[in-house]
Amino acid sequence: MADISKEQVKHVAHLARLAVTEEEVEQLTKDLGAIIDYAEQLNELDTENVEPTTHVLEMKNVMRKDEARQWITQEEALKNAPDKKDGQFRVPSILTE
Amino acid sequence: MSLFDHSIKELEGKLHNKEITVQDLVEESYKRIKEVDGEVHAFLTLDEENARRQAKELDESPDTSASLFGMPQGIKDNIVTKGLRTTCASQFLDNFHDPLYDATVIQKLANEKPITIGKLNMDEFAMGSSNENSSYTPTRNPWNTDHVPGGSSGGSAAAVAAGEVLYSLGSDTGGSIRQPAAFCGVVGMKPTYGRVSRFGLVAFASSLDQIGPITRSVEDNARVLEVIAGHDKMDATSANVDVPKYTDALTNDVKGLKIAVPKEYLAEGVNPEVKEAVMNALNVYESLGATWEEVSLPHSKYAVATYYILSSSEASANLARFDGVRYGVRTENADNMIDMFKNSRSEGFGQEVKRRIMLGTFALSSGYYDAYYKKAQKVRTLIKNDFDKIFEEYDVVIGPTTPTPAFKVGEKIDDPLTMYANDILTIPVNLAGVPGISIPCGFSNEGLPIGLQVIGKHFDESTVYRTAHAFEQATDFHTKRPQLGGSN
Repeated sequence: MADISKEQVKHVAHLARLAVTEEEVEQLTKDLGAIIDYAEQLNELDTENVEPTTHVLEMKNVMRKDEARQWITQEEALKNAPDKKDGQFRVPSILTE
Repeated sequence: MSLFDHSIKELEGKLHNKEITVQDLVEESYKRIKEVDGEVHAFLTLDEENARRQAKELDESPDTSASLFGMPQGIKDNIVTKGLRTTCASQFLDNFHDPLYDATVIQKLANEKPITIGKLNMDEFAMGSSNENSSYTPTRNPWNTDHVPGGSSGGSAAAVAAGEVLYSLGSDTGGSIRQPAAFCGVVGMKPTYGRVSRFGLVAFASSLDQIGPITRSVEDNARVLEVIAGHDKMDATSANVDVPKYTDALTNDVKGLKIAVPKEYLAEGVNPEVKEAVMNALNVYESLGATWEEVSLPHSKYAVATYYILSSSEASANLARFDGVRYGVRTENADNMIDMFKNSRSEGFGQEVKRRIMLGTFALSSGYYDAYYKKAQKVRTLIKNDFDKIFEEYDVVIGPTTPTPAFKVGEKIDDPLTMYANDILTIPVNLAGVPGISIPCGFSNEGLPIGLQVIGKHFDESTVYRTAHAFEQATDFHTKRPQLGGSN
């Protein structure tokens, strides 16, 4: 089960929106395989009747009124953007021909 | 002798008596930084002009009552500071010069009028245990610059140890405050999960991350945590629990204190010098009227695997926000949106960050979620239950902070699993969400500091501080200074 293929690594890289070179695929296949192999030790434990912990504290949904308030201006929102035009973020086209 | 050999309380007295000015304190910082930071590399960004202007303003102010008035502080570079560059030591944020707001901890500190000297180096996005994952020049250990300062808050610990600032803030996801504090011979506290607001802390693993202070003394540490702790409506996971006055807990009285010492924390793999220092510390506690017994945290050995699955999974989701659209660096090589995302991220992120995003994405992906992510969450429950059980009978858990003193630069960087194993004694504390502190408790034969870890119950930082303080007052390890760049 711990075996992870190069194809899987490429698929995961796509899901993670990372571009990887063949060399990186090679290295990541090795590294992820080793880490996942190591994580297999968790299967020594019987956790059939154990509840998963998502949060250590008793958490309830925190509700608040949905009220509009001033936070940042449009100009501020754009000031760290790598590319902008007419008061908006500019990005390359999504659809390619 | 440096001004920073004094406690906050002592410096406060000197300011009141007009023996020193805030400008003296700020100049002490920048002078020391110029002397030693070429070797230590603790700082990524300095805020000299602002700091000097603020110091002058404070020196002209009639009201000096704020609890951190004029104290020079350093901030880990994953805590957002309005208008002051915040990079997370990543090339992706190299150009992030103008953050729009202050993290809640920065706002809370600002009410008490300290002076921010600059932003501190770290492992990129807080992923690492040695600072070698900084995409800038990695920080070195002030006690011996051939060695790492620890990580990920390596800059925060090294800057305090080297006398560049009086105190700093770090963040701790699996040991990132306590481990560098141990390696650099300073005091580092990871508060209870939910104690300190995470609003404005660039998220790594949201169910584990906590901000905490790094200082030279327990008293200073308690004083800074008093300021930054408390409920925040901007962080839905921050706990609505009253914050006691931690400095009132420093009574120097540990008579009758019940200490648990997990046998797993002194097992094989823990360096003999570290073990000896911890045993000596237990003798000190006995002489002060506390008692200790050996206990077991049987699931400790599963903590590292559990942690890497959970923290990487959370990181893979949290780091999805770095898309090259709203801030950060965008690739110049992309004709379409998807390639823009992919190339910006691949060019901006370092190797370890990519590795963890990949691991997390894999663990969360269809077909593997139950086998890895959910399994790890279940084991997390077992690890948390271990602590709950111990704390039914004992006041604190004590052990080493790290299995070894600071290792050498380059020693572990090529093998992720060896590097990860270094956090075996700190990770369980984050998984259980309890508070833990590291304080100096000895030196190796090579002269490198050794850290003692004191772990407490949820929201019982007071007992952790009381326990740490009593040991500190009975010993002189915290008064030792690294020999660096001449005098300190």
